[in-house]
Amino acid sequence: MLQGWFIVTVSFAYIGLLFAVAWFADKRAAQGRSIISNAWVYSLSLAVYATAWTFYGSVGRAATDGVGFLPIYLGPTLTMLVGWFVLRKMVRIARLNRTTSLADFVASRYGKSALIGGLVTVIAVIGILPYISLQLKAVSTSFQILLGYPEVVMPLKVGSVVVMQDTAFYVALFMALFAIAFGTRQLDAAERHEGMVAAVAFESIVKLIAFLAVGVYVAYFMYDGLGDLFARAAGRPDLEVLMAPLGGAAGSYASWVWLTVLSMFAIVFLPRQFQVAVIENTDERHLKRAAWLFPLYMLAINVFVLPIAFGGLLHFPLGNVDADTFVLTLPMTQKAEGLALLVFIGGLSAATGMVIVEAIALSTMICNDLVMPILLRVRAFRLSEQRDLSSLLLDIRRAAIIALLMGGYFYYLLAGEAYALVSIGLISFAAAAQFAPAVIFGLYWRGGTRTGALAGLLAGFSVWTYTLLLPAFAKSDWLGADLIEHGPWGIELLRPTQLFGLAGLDQITHAMIWSMIANVGAYMVGSVLRRQSAAEHVQATLFVDVYQQTGEPGSPWRGATSASALQTLVGRFLGPGRAVELFTAYARLRGVKGVDELEGDRDLVRFAELQLAGTIGAASARTMVATVAQEEPLGLEEVMTIIDEASQVIAYSHRLEEKQGELEAATQELRAANERLKELDRLKDDFISTVTHELRTPLTSIRAFSEILHDNPDLGPAERQRFLGLVIKESERLTRLINQVLDLAKIESGLAEWRTAELDMREIVLEAVNATSAIFKSRGVRIDTRIEPMVPSVMADRDRLMQVLLNLLSNAAKFCTPGTGRVEVRLASDGDVVRVDVEDNGVGISPENQALIFEKFRQVGDTLTEKPSGTGLGLAICLRIVGHFGGRLWVESEPGRGSVFSFDLPIPASDARRLVANA
Amino acid sequence: MRKPSLRAYRIVSLFMLGCLLFNYPILALFNVGATAAGVPVLYVYLFVAWGIMIALAAVVIEGGS
Repeated sequence: MLQGWFIVTVSFAYIGLLFAVAWFADKRAAQGRSIISNAWVYSLSLAVYATAWTFYGSVGRAATDGVGFLPIYLGPTLTMLVGWFVLRKMVRIARLNRTTSLADFVASRYGKSALIGGLVTVIAVIGILPYISLQLKAVSTSFQILLGYPEVVMPLKVGSVVVMQDTAFYVALFMALFAIAFGTRQLDAAERHEGMVAAVAFESIVKLIAFLAVGVYVAYFMYDGLGDLFARAAGRPDLEVLMAPLGGAAGSYASWVWLTVLSMFAIVFLPRQFQVAVIENTDERHLKRAAWLFPLYMLAINVFVLPIAFGGLLHFPLGNVDADTFVLTLPMTQKAEGLALLVFIGGLSAATGMVIVEAIALSTMICNDLVMPILLRVRAFRLSEQRDLSSLLLDIRRAAIIALLMGGYFYYLLAGEAYALVSIGLISFAAAAQFAPAVIFGLYWRGGTRTGALAGLLAGFSVWTYTLLLPAFAKSDWLGADLIEHGPWGIELLRPTQLFGLAGLDQITHAMIWSMIANVGAYMVGSVLRRQSAAEHVQATLFVDVYQQTGEPGSPWRGATSASALQTLVGRFLGPGRAVELFTAYARLRGVKGVDELEGDRDLVRFAELQLAGTIGAASARTMVATVAQEEPLGLEEVMTIIDEASQVIAYSHRLEEKQGELEAATQELRAANERLKELDRLKDDFISTVTHELRTPLTSIRAFSEILHDNPDLGPAERQRFLGLVIKESERLTRLINQVLDLAKIESGLAEWRTAELDMREIVLEAVNATSAIFKSRGVRIDTRIEPMVPSVMADRDRLMQVLLNLLSNAAKFCTPGTGRVEVRLASDGDVVRVDVEDNGVGISPENQALIFEKFRQVGDTLTEKPSGTGLGLAICLRIVGHFGGRLWVESEPGRGSVFSFDLPIPASDARRLVANA
Repeated sequence: MRKPSLRAYRIVSLFMLGCLLFNYPILALFNVGATAAGVPVLYVYLFVAWGIMIALAAVVIEGGS
């Protein structure tokens, strides 16, 4: 029954059904009742991810390394989770900018750079070709195997067949025709393909049903359930490694992780995935459903992969049947004709779905981002003078699709046989992953520049070519294995599969590690090396802050053109009829009667640019609009203005900060002054209360003795004499106290009279010693002087200075032990100051008291138990006197070993060298 | 910039959970020869964990705010 003609007929009937689905969807879309604007259809269309590679190849991979195929489907599960953030942002940007493809998206982000768009296109085309060839291989192989029914015979090797008799060649040709029929029937400003999406979603259902049918059949009809299947496999020693395959010979954890990362990127950055997930998205909210429905689809289509793999390994123990074909060959061995045919159709679904979407996505990129920019720039083509370019655009796309499929076919001839399906697919995944840094950084980092994106893409792509594409060619005898085994020019360090000696990894992991390092590294370096241009900055902000925008993005166009010029321009690409429709609708929207009344303002120019961008891509649209409208020169001047405004604000805030600092400092000073005032007030109160207390003590004595004398007239003369003596002594003390208080008050208030004159210190010191010699003698204290023979004169008040010296000397006498006491007075000069030391060997002063003794009314010793032996003002007055003449007064002392009271006085500059001669 | 919603935090947490579940060393715990109901535990674990992740994703993302 499974004759060749029958298989072909069924296949074409199936393709016909697809066209019917697509036609229906397009018709509904034209009526405004879209069937693809539905979260279920959206999720199913994402399942274009599961190609013939999944359909046949997963089993092949599972047969060699167990669960090793799963990361390819686990990664997308993770990506779809965060898709609500990342994909939604991309969808929003793509809709606002009428993005037509991945290349267009990246080019738009980096200042609508035609160079970037072209580079992305080239990488995508070269990277995806192996993947397309894989679909061709899958379809032609499965077709040939099915032709052999009921025998299971592996098809001949490529190369042993003539091209014109090769099934794969015809498969490629027919697929090109399908893609052309699906994707390039008309040009649309939105560049959406509702029919295609509907057909792809339909195909997703078919391939899932086919695969599940085989899975159930193998697990429950050929074998007695999963338990039986695995139990039998466990009985085979050669299959034991597949029971716990990780970390062993079959696959490392490193390659597991890298495969996951790779597939996380692939689900977004494979051109066909970008097409269905971003470009064809009709509603951001569909991403919510897709976040779990699409992973569920992946789970369902993978659940029977291992049972089928084990079933095949058990059924074909000799290894003469390629594991990639188990899905088809297992039903064939059981003579399940219908199931085998269903499998073939399922595989065909998977392959055509992928090829159609991929070819449309890539041809759009080739047309909009590679061919058109060149054609529009090269004047020789005189393209800008032609009236209607819409048919040219379609022709370019059709030619691109044919070229792509033929390219895929020749890659298949060249390298296809050398690899299992999974390996070929992964090479393409790794190429698509090179877009990840440019897009992801571009979405979230405003600083990523065109230079960085160019450098990153180039670096990543170069490493990919060297570490993956070259070895693939080398395996095909086309390039010789020498390069792989010994490296270029025999440099082992540069071997493509063990670059810089990085060995022990599988090829994909190895390539991913190096290419990502190169890609991200170059992107970063490129981005920080040079400043962004103004246009780049505008686009970067548009992308990164897309959620902050309301409505249409800002327009860089200056209103300097007419509506008719714009309409003509749009008409040349979309067809004049369509342009009239669009502009009339726009005019109605703006509330004017016709196109003639439309003003050529920036909004209209922006509108025209968007229409063009939806057809020929952002970079080309910008070029074209620039031919009729003038671009707003967001040049140096405006950027400088922006920077200037910013720096003015910064300067202003700096000034504010300074002012604030000053205010704070002033507040601080005021607070300190206030504290000082409070302190002075407190000191004054203290002073008054201390003075009154000090005055009361002698007064009390005087009054007490006077009362005794008054109340006791019969007191003996000797007694009376003693009391009167005490009264006189206390009165003298009172007088001295009052004098000193007045003295201090005068000095402190600045009212004291100073009779400043040039003084010879030696004379004063000697006189003071003479004056106090009686006291010393009476207390039994020895006094010595050590006076330098030549001492400069100082400027001071003689009486005041004498007062200081007498005070210090009498203090010294007071605190020395009678009999053993010894005081030395020294006078010396060091050129700047004249210094006087009064040293005693008395009781000394403890360190904590040394600062206190210069305060008013402070006396060392317990004032409660000992009778004060002075007024407590002497040293306070001395300090002020010495201070008044610019000198210092201090004490050095150790308790029990005596003290040295010293003061110095500055020598007047003019007199510094005029020494007073020894008198 | 709007403040991230509670759902956003849940999604990110779920993403991190997924990174943990499908990675070394958790995987290594199940990478043993044992079987559960006749099926190798690594296979059972991977599909069950995957299923739970999908169910949680459905609840977190589609569920009410």
